[in-house]
Amino acid sequence: MSKAKWMSISEVRESIAASSSEEVTSSYLDTISKSKINGYVTINEGAIARAQDIDNDKLGEGHDGVLAGVPIAIKDNISTKGIQTTCSSKILQGYVPPYNAHVIERLLDAGAVILGKTNMDEFAMGTSTESSHYGTTLNPWNLERVPGGSSGGSAAVVAASEAPISLGSDTGGSVRCPAAFCGVVGIKPTYGGISRYGLISYANSLEQIGPIATNVSDIATIMDVIGGHDPRDSTSIKQEIAYRDSLVDDVSGLKIGVPDEYFAEGIDEGVEKTVWAAIQKFEDMGATWEKVSMPHTKYALPAYYVIAMSEASSNLARFDGTRYGHVEQGENWHVMASRTRAKGFGEEVKRRILLGTYALSAVYHDKYYLKALKVRTLVKQDFDKALSNVDVLMAPTMPTPAFKIGEKIEDPLALYLTDVNTVPINLAGVPSISMPCGLVDGLPVGLQIIGKHFDESTIMRAAYSFEQNTDHLAKRPAGVE
Amino acid sequence: MITKDEVEHVGWLARIEIDEQDADTYAAHLNTVLEYFGQLDEVDTENVDPTYHVADVVNVFREDVVTESLTQEEALENTQSKQDGHFKAPKIM
Repeated sequence: MSKAKWMSISEVRESIAASSSEEVTSSYLDTISKSKINGYVTINEGAIARAQDIDNDKLGEGHDGVLAGVPIAIKDNISTKGIQTTCSSKILQGYVPPYNAHVIERLLDAGAVILGKTNMDEFAMGTSTESSHYGTTLNPWNLERVPGGSSGGSAAVVAASEAPISLGSDTGGSVRCPAAFCGVVGIKPTYGGISRYGLISYANSLEQIGPIATNVSDIATIMDVIGGHDPRDSTSIKQEIAYRDSLVDDVSGLKIGVPDEYFAEGIDEGVEKTVWAAIQKFEDMGATWEKVSMPHTKYALPAYYVIAMSEASSNLARFDGTRYGHVEQGENWHVMASRTRAKGFGEEVKRRILLGTYALSAVYHDKYYLKALKVRTLVKQDFDKALSNVDVLMAPTMPTPAFKIGEKIEDPLALYLTDVNTVPINLAGVPSISMPCGLVDGLPVGLQIIGKHFDESTIMRAAYSFEQNTDHLAKRPAGVE
Repeated sequence: MITKDEVEHVGWLARIEIDEQDADTYAAHLNTVLEYFGQLDEVDTENVDPTYHVADVVNVFREDVVTESLTQEEALENTQSKQDGHFKAPKIM
C-alpha cells in the first residue's frame, strides 16, 4: 500500500482509520527497506505484531490512545525492552535492555508502535552522526552532507518520511542541531521536564529527551504524552504543562530578545539573513524585538565541554565488559576492562573519557572542573537577566547549514566549535525549540526560540504562530524515496 | 601540556588500554582541546558559586516500601559470564 509522505500524527491516524495500523506500519517499514540514508541501527522485528495488537484492540486499560497505532522512531540511547539498544557503539552491540525507559512506557501506553532505533553519534558525543560505529547517516536534503548530531538518525528519518515522529536526546544541541540541518522541528525541554529514567547517560546534568516532528502540533502531542514527573528520576520536577493548549496563533505583544553574541564571527551570511528575516516576520505578526547582551556566551562552549566530558568519564565507567556488551579477554579484571574499553569505544568517546578523567583528577579538578561550574553560573545568570526583560530569545540554531561528510571529523575542536549556539541553553537548563525558517543554497536553516524555565507554552506558541503564517515547514527534500 | 606518560596514566585511571603509538596521537589531540579550555582562565569567577545542577531540587526522598524491580534472571540476561546467579568476572587482584 502506498501512503502519503510526511504525514502528521492526525494524518497518520486518519490513514489508520481508513486502513489499519498494520498497513501504515508496513508502509513505513517498506520505505525504510529502500532507504539511502542509513538512519536506523535496528528495526523492531515486533513492529507488525504490535500494530496488529492495536488494530485488534488488545491494549490494556488506561491508555489514552493519542498515538494509537502511530509509528515512531527512537534514538538508540533510549532503553527499549526487547529491542537492541547500542548507543551506536560497538561496546553495546547485542545489548537488549530488560526494561523500558519512562518515555517508552508512556508512548506504549498511548498506543505508539516503535519502528526501530535510530543512528546517532556514539554515546551522543558529536554534531554530525559520523562517530557512529554503524556508519554515518546521510542528510536527506543532500546525501553528501551530514544530518547533524548527535540525534542525526532521528531527524533524518523524519525528514525522509521514514517515520512520522521520533525521539532524540539533547545534551548540548543534539536534538536541535539535526532538526535544523534536516529541516524539521525539535525541542530541548526544560531540564527536569521529562524523566531520564532509561536514557543511557552521557552528561546527566545537561541532557533531556526531546521529540522531533515535521510540525509544531506533533511536538506538543508527544510532549503531552512523555512530559511530567517520574519518581524514578530524582531530577524530574513536578510541573504540569498542557502542551497542546499552547498551540495558539497569536504573538501580538510578544517581546523577543536577540542576543548579539549568537551572530558572532564565523556565522554564515545566508544563515544570518534568513534568521533576521524570520525575526522581521514575527514583528510583522505583532511581536516586538530588541537586542540583548549575553556576555559570557563565548565561555559557554569550553565550560560545557569540561562539564560534559567530566560527567561522561564517570557515567561511562559502567561499560567494563562485566554485565553487558562487548568483552575482550585479559589475565585479570583490570586488563579485561581496559582492553574491552579500548576496543569497544570509538576514538571520540575515548578522547572525551580521557579528558574528563584528566579534568577531574586531583591536581586539575579546580583548574578545569570547578572553574567550568562557576562559569556555568555566569552563563545561567546571563539567561536569567536577558529573560527577565523579554519573553523569548531568538537566534540561529547552528551558525552554518549542514556541512560536508568528512569535512570536520578529523579535527575534534573544529567540530566542537559548531555547537556554539546550542550548548549555553543546556548549561542554563532552559527550553529551546528549533524550527525551519528558510533555505540557503538548498539546505535548511534552523531558527532557535529559547524560553524561561518551564515556559514551553510561550516558545511553542511562538513556533506555532510562525508555522501558521509562513510556508517554511512545508518544504521537503527532493529525491528521497 | 599533557605528556605521553600522563596520557598513559590517565588511560590507566580510566581503564582504557593505550599503546605507545596511540599515546602520541592522543597527547596531540588532548593538548589542542586543553589549550582551548585554557580560555576559561580569562573569566573572573571570584565569589561565584559553582552550579552543579540547574534543577532546584535537594534530597529527594521516597517512602521506604518494596516495589517491583528486575528479576535476577533479567539482570543477568546480557552478561557473557555468570555463575550461580551472579556476574562472574576475572580475578581483581
